[in-house]
Amino acid sequence: MTPRTVDSIPTTGLSPVDADGSVPADGERRHRRAVLPGRFTRTHVVGDDGLIETPGGPDVPRTVSRLHREDVLRLVGAMVAAVATTAVLFTQVLPLNGALAFALVAYVLFLGFYTVLISFDADRVTIMDRTAGVVIHSAAGVLLAALIVVIVFTVARGAVAFRHSNFWVEDLSFAGPLDPLTMGGMAHAALGTLIMIAFALAISIPLGVLCAVFLAEFPSPFARIVRTVVEAMTALPSIVCGLFIYATYVLIFGFDKSAFAASLAITIMILPIIVRSADVVLRLVPATLKEAALATGASHWRTVWHVVLPTARSGLMTAVILGTARGIGETSPVLLTAGYTTFVNLNPFSGPMVSLPFATFTLVKSPEPTQIARGFGAAAVLMVLVFVLFALARLLGGTGGGVLSSGAWARAKAASARDAARFRRKRRLARAAALNRGAQVSRREQRP
Amino acid sequence: MNPTANPVAADIAFEAEPASSTEVTITGPTKPTDPTDPTEPMRPAWLAVTSEPRRPDPAYAPAPAAAAGPLPTRPALSQIEARHVSAWFGAHKVLERVSLTMPPGHVTALIGPSGCGKSTFLRILNRMHELVPSAALAGEVLLDGADIYSSARKVQDARRHIGMVFQKPNPFPAMSIYNNVIAGLKLTGAKTSRDAKDEIVRRSLVSAGLWKEVKDRLREPGGGLSGGQQQRLCIARSLAVTPRVLLMDEPCSALDPTSTRVIEATMEQLRREVTIVIVTHNMQQAQRVSQQCAFFLATQGKPGVIVEYGDTDAMFAEPQDSRTFDYVNGRFG
Amino acid sequence: MTESHGLASVASADTPRPVSPGRSRGDQAFRIGAHGGGVTVLAIMTLVGLFLAIRGAEAIDTAGGSFLTTQDWEPNSGRFGIAAVLFGTLAIAAIAICVALPLALGTATYISEYAPEAIRRALIGIVDLMAAIPSVVYGLWGMFWLEGSILPVAQWISTYFGWIPIFAVPDFDPTDPLATPTVFTASAFLAGLVVAMMVAPIAASIMREVFAQAPEGEREGALALGASRWGMIRSVVYPFGVGGIVGGTMLGLGRALGETIAVYLVISPVFVIQPHILHSGTNSISSLIALKYGEASAFELSALMAAGLVLFAITMLVNFGAGIIIQRSRSGSAS
Repeated sequence: MTPRTVDSIPTTGLSPVDADGSVPADGERRHRRAVLPGRFTRTHVVGDDGLIETPGGPDVPRTVSRLHREDVLRLVGAMVAAVATTAVLFTQVLPLNGALAFALVAYVLFLGFYTVLISFDADRVTIMDRTAGVVIHSAAGVLLAALIVVIVFTVARGAVAFRHSNFWVEDLSFAGPLDPLTMGGMAHAALGTLIMIAFALAISIPLGVLCAVFLAEFPSPFARIVRTVVEAMTALPSIVCGLFIYATYVLIFGFDKSAFAASLAITIMILPIIVRSADVVLRLVPATLKEAALATGASHWRTVWHVVLPTARSGLMTAVILGTARGIGETSPVLLTAGYTTFVNLNPFSGPMVSLPFATFTLVKSPEPTQIARGFGAAAVLMVLVFVLFALARLLGGTGGGVLSSGAWARAKAASARDAARFRRKRRLARAAALNRGAQVSRREQRP
Repeated sequence: MNPTANPVAADIAFEAEPASSTEVTITGPTKPTDPTDPTEPMRPAWLAVTSEPRRPDPAYAPAPAAAAGPLPTRPALSQIEARHVSAWFGAHKVLERVSLTMPPGHVTALIGPSGCGKSTFLRILNRMHELVPSAALAGEVLLDGADIYSSARKVQDARRHIGMVFQKPNPFPAMSIYNNVIAGLKLTGAKTSRDAKDEIVRRSLVSAGLWKEVKDRLREPGGGLSGGQQQRLCIARSLAVTPRVLLMDEPCSALDPTSTRVIEATMEQLRREVTIVIVTHNMQQAQRVSQQCAFFLATQGKPGVIVEYGDTDAMFAEPQDSRTFDYVNGRFG
Repeated sequence: MTESHGLASVASADTPRPVSPGRSRGDQAFRIGAHGGGVTVLAIMTLVGLFLAIRGAEAIDTAGGSFLTTQDWEPNSGRFGIAAVLFGTLAIAAIAICVALPLALGTATYISEYAPEAIRRALIGIVDLMAAIPSVVYGLWGMFWLEGSILPVAQWISTYFGWIPIFAVPDFDPTDPLATPTVFTASAFLAGLVVAMMVAPIAASIMREVFAQAPEGEREGALALGASRWGMIRSVVYPFGVGGIVGGTMLGLGRALGETIAVYLVISPVFVIQPHILHSGTNSISSLIALKYGEASAFELSALMAAGLVLFAITMLVNFGAGIIIQRSRSGSAS
């Protein structure tokens, strides 16, 4: 430390100007100051000296909500004004009709009115904040509403078909386009979907996870090449996967169109997806955990098997499920490779087999309302299948490592209690044995 | 240094783990067959090392018994010794011919400013250094006289015998507390009966001073513990495979003072079972926990070396080198 | 007492010693197995790519430069090219992204910054779920619901914004009260909207994930400086998440370019470049393949593969571009 700084620090810290500037001039606080500015004479114990009074009665949490009455009023006002203006425009001025157009115009007007309303009593920053907030809320609202419309629309149209129980158990072999919805069903397509995705997953899960482990655990120039190629192949359009299998498996090797061909096409489509997301997940496993495992003397493969994979379990599950959802829902690889059929075919290697999305695609192109209804029914079933898969993913791997669901917590607590009881029992036994032995020893000592 | 001469550590040890002494007396009689070797139950047959004798090399024998203080020197305690260890990361040399003997039953503290190579040195002691792709080293590390880097030995064996606790607590998040403790067994492929596992879990947690706090929540995830508890869980995890040496890389730097004290007290207990080497930035901690100290220093652009080493009390009371004096008095680094 | 080291003076040279990794047999097997997995995946992927390239090259060789400029698709008579379908593909994807980007950005921002804690998890679930809805469902929705609802909007846009070339619909005279709105059906605009609905959840899901990783310290730092919520988002969340925004958008674009079924269901395929996006009739490469593969001769199949190859190349470029941008951004390492 140089002398200069040694000098300068106390001077500035204790200068009277500084102290005068910072200390309020009221007498109540001044009496607590020592002669030397900036120092207190003593500390105070809360509640002892009466300097801080405790108010009587219970303490009520204060509201810190940012939502004010004015904000709500502004929103409502702008909305009413926009709807009213649009109504006038539509009925009196513009040759327009349609609910969607009405909503669009009303929304634009609403934004304008709202901004103007805020600008009466706020600065530019607040205007931006509020307007951006409204835009973001409405964007989210539009997307979520549209998605709900997609689902509700499909299910509602499909319900016409799938509320008949025969829809779930029969195939279309005896139900023609003109037959009522009480005949025929989608069992063949549902079975087909399950068979195809099962085969595709049987190939792509082990291979995909193994490849991801290779990419994450054995970094090398070769691994980088593999990663680059896999990433490139995630861009392969699904129809091209189908085209490839159609051109090779069906045309060159001369096999029939079959479920297995479709499985291969789906495999080619989802394999890069699974590898890529599994690779990302595996690389996110903290290096410290791997080090900790290796430091206990673990071999590499045990570290991967017991530490890396379990830690990444939820992410891997998500990767697989997302790949599955993609594979189940894609029509185009199946379109080119599976062929269309109206009856149940359980042999994946010969004969055409149809999947739910492919059945939907084929049926809705028909002009017959019953066929279209069946198509919607198949789409609804497909959606339910995807939802179930998602719920499954959430259930099995939705929580990260170490984060337990409430059910798992309860199980962990119960297991802990069992363990504790076991340990207590063992200790009692050990103690009893020790006493017993002690008694024996003393008896032996007494004997001579 | 006499362990009981550290009143704080002894106090904390008593508060934190009053059961530990009773535990020992209770479990002692369960294995009465060999009362001369109390560590025997800690080393089940599947972990016994048959390949090399547990005999220290006479040429590099530990310092005379006086240095070991009042602790009885047990045959099971191991000595680890580094001979002319140099280390590189790529072309950059970070350690220059460091030699240090870490005697059995001692806590050896490695101190020195950041970037002086202490952590690298520590990681060399259990072959974690070579996990860095560009890392290289020269010299030898002898565990009871046998070079752990010799090509005849598997890297996993070296690491199993020389445990490590890291700077940040890193319990395996996907495992419960119980499974975290026996993770080492699972990871080294040991087949163990349930009773043996229970015994190892209890002993390791007792040794790490955590048993009382977690015995009723063994199946809850290890990540749910506090930082200090997590670190002690990591210590228990290392102890479960009955290492002969325990390396600790700034084990308390991420912890609050209370947890630090508890871990220090744990170390005081542990050095009866295992040789401990600790890297620390905290001079008071080095003074409190260690019997031997080594001061590392890397001058500008040069690899790190040991400037001075020896008895901790002497190191802090009357260091020979002026740089050591400056460092232990907080004037530098 | 302590001892001071002099600099070590050992006679032998100080050189790195070789360290054998000492792998166990299990590790050896693991190593071989993992490498085997990598090689297998690489082989499959390369095989697919090479096969497409070789077969596609035949057709491109035959057609030469006109492959990119011809609008017709009659491979057997030698007059074929992807000008029309490529334009249609790009137009649909562009419309989709223009619509999907603001929606996705808004949704992602809402979920990560505005949504009450209570419904946030549910919203995340919903958006992720939407990203997995099969494209054929979006196709159905576009075909049976959106087409009818969007007609007046398309008509309105063309009436009032017809002076912008791409919104013009030459066959439609807004002053004629009897003019039929059927010229607005099955347009690139409609296909773009359907695809937008399909890709918006995908993009939103990725953006949301990245936004959520914006460091809490920086957020609070901005708010502590007195920034409004929007100011904080603009100065902390968006700069941090720019990789996610671009990455999500590009990934959505990749899906939009390659989408087959949803587009196939709503468009009426034409083989001319249709620059008026509101006008009926457009096409895309993937629906071309779906349309023509069935009765294709060997050479026609090659031509289709060539078209597929072009689509693949574009999508790959988009993906790699996204990858590079994501990697360079701060949030890149995480996503």
